[in-house]
Amino acid sequence: MKIVVAVKQVPDSAAKVSVENGEVSWGDAPLVINPWDEFAVEAALLLTEEHGGDVVAVSLGDEDSKEALKHALAMGCSEAILISDPSLQNADTQAVAHALAAAIQKVGDVDMAVFGKQAIDGDNAVTPVQVARVLGWPALTLTSKISELDADAKTLKVERSIEEGRQIVEGKLPAVMSVVKDFGEPRYPSFMGIRKASKAEIPVWSAADLGADVPAAVVSWPEMSNPQAREVSNEIIEGGSPEEIAATLADKIIEEGVV
Amino acid sequence: MANKVWVFVDQFKGEGHPASWEVVAAGRKLADEVGSGLTALVFGEGVEAVAQTAIHYGADEVLLADGAPLAEFRVEAYASQLAKLAQDDTPDVILFPTTTRARELAGMAAIDLNSGVLPDVIAMDLEGDTIVVTRPVYAGKLLAKSQCAAKPQLITLRARAFGKPEADESRSGEVKSVDVVVDEGTMATQVVDYATSDGQVSLTDASVIVSGGRGTSNRADLEPPADITDEKEQEIWRAQQGFLLIGELAEVLGAAVGASRAAVDAGYIPYTHQVGQTGKVVGPDLYIASGISGAIQHLAGMRTSKVIVAINKDPDAPIFKLARFGVVGDLYDIVPALTAAFKERLDK
Ligand SMILES: Cc1cc2nc3c(=O)[nH]c(=O)nc-3n(C[C@H](O)[C@H](O)[C@H](O)COP(=O)(O)OP(=O)(O)OC[C@H]3O[C@@H](n4cnc5c(N)ncnc54)[C@H](O)[C@@H]3O)c2cc1C
Ligand SMILES: Nc1ncnc2c1ncn2[C@@H]1O[C@H](COP(=O)(O)O)[C@@H](O)[C@H]1O
Repeated sequence: MKIVVAVKQVPDSAAKVSVENGEVSWGDAPLVINPWDEFAVEAALLLTEEHGGDVVAVSLGDEDSKEALKHALAMGCSEAILISDPSLQNADTQAVAHALAAAIQKVGDVDMAVFGKQAIDGDNAVTPVQVARVLGWPALTLTSKISELDADAKTLKVERSIEEGRQIVEGKLPAVMSVVKDFGEPRYPSFMGIRKASKAEIPVWSAADLGADVPAAVVSWPEMSNPQAREVSNEIIEGGSPEEIAATLADKIIEEGVV
Repeated sequence: MANKVWVFVDQFKGEGHPASWEVVAAGRKLADEVGSGLTALVFGEGVEAVAQTAIHYGADEVLLADGAPLAEFRVEAYASQLAKLAQDDTPDVILFPTTTRARELAGMAAIDLNSGVLPDVIAMDLEGDTIVVTRPVYAGKLLAKSQCAAKPQLITLRARAFGKPEADESRSGEVKSVDVVVDEGTMATQVVDYATSDGQVSLTDASVIVSGGRGTSNRADLEPPADITDEKEQEIWRAQQGFLLIGELAEVLGAAVGASRAAVDAGYIPYTHQVGQTGKVVGPDLYIASGISGAIQHLAGMRTSKVIVAINKDPDAPIFKLARFGVVGDLYDIVPALTAAFKERLDK
């Protein structure tokens, strides 16, 4: 199986993100691989360990994004490709999807493209279905388990986690898949993996290299702001016994009109 | 006057998703503002009743695509159907609820329609014929004003952000059947089965949530049964006793049960309950956090809750900063007492 996994570089989830002078700032917090994409890399590696094959990691972003790719290489991906071009500076999800789809085509003979559920910066959670549509492949999103996969017949059966529970879906390869957490905790990069990754030369593909037209962005986000700080008046409820505390608390909650 | 504002009604097994009605009501307001009619889209098989409900919530007309290929939601099929209708009738805006299904549908349709998608929006402002939306990004740490230069503008609205809809059963409107354009032969996926969850209140729709964290496993005098000898298993057993107490409180309040990632990762409760940056983002009227410290990634998922109550042994736990009411104490003492207090007061 040949698998492409899409990884994005984002500010660490613990970062205190704010807007300063109109610019998004995350202080000195590090940029890391999007946590959901670590689950995607793990799922892709597990698949090739079971069915044979290679995992190619791709990322669209600036030079910094090579760090996310190096993390994917250190986890065990065999190749990494950075898509970078000034014309993609303000790409929206549609543009990103077209560029990623073109890269997947260019890699060639791909059986599956694996994505994270959501990038924790833009919180869009639509790129995987959009890539699937550009490629004309089925979108098996929010997959928690692959219960059957026949690489020769190019068929598979997966479980998806949707609001109402689990949904069991049969599909055909090639397919786009996005994964939730159930494949397992992402592995830690091995010492050997880190060494290999640090030496790796990561090729950079420009928009022209992709050999497909990437449409201009139509979605813009001209203004970012800090949400208004919430004025909460904190009140610690005290009392002589749990029952007394609970009685006061229940009354106060009812007074707020929320039950 | 042309019907330029469209809303998509998400349904599951013939039941309209509650968030859909919020969207119909928000669409009604927008349509009145721009002086147009409101068209609702209902797709499925045997879903005529859903179409009527859409009219009760404010639609003037419904385009009903009813047929076997649309019986199960498959995003590819629904996107083809939606794109066809939008290409024929050129709406300016299509609103969707931010359910898993409808968000993906909007995303996929954006590709077919050469437009863009604005997911999980909490406010809309009209500037000319462009809708400027507000979206939480970076897990709600920032707000982005965003807009789409192409038409139709595909916008998904966050549940509970646009107010409670009200049905008016006396409203009438036209249900127009449209052709199903999906050819089953071209579909690459089949929905085989569902393993539905057990009738619990869903986190994203809940108006009250009671959550537990790692603290649920921390009660020294709780003796696990003798046959559980593994230390990890003992810890999980303890935590489950804590979650039983939380479940009882939730039941009295008609609430959903949430959890921190620490509780999920330790195997106390399944991932579907996780609240936070890598779990569900919720905004109930009341959020009761017990045995949860209040890590930034947890707060990212619940900080917009109207009233937050924290129950924690540690007076310095960061969750108290966000809490309207706090109790410094052991959840094993406070939670059952609170259940009893609410039982009495809510007459249950
Ligand atoms: C990339 C990434 C993503 C993450 N995403 C999420 C997410 O989506 N959701 C999430 O929740 N976390 C997330 N986390 C984890 C987060 O950083 C915290 O580790 C986690 O929220 C802690 O859970 P907790 O509060 O239950 O546990 P702890 O931090 O261990 O807190 C337990 C609390 O229980 C209290 N306590 C103990 N015993 C009792 C008792 N008997 N009665 C009352 N109180 C008691 C303690 O005082 C303590 O405050 C993420 C982390 C990373 C790195
Ligand atoms: N710039 C990017 N480079 C690589 N992968 C991306 C990029 N943006 C999004 N993705 C992938 O698409 C998933 C969903 O992202 P989003 O739709 O932006 O929330 C992520 O988890 C990644 O797998």
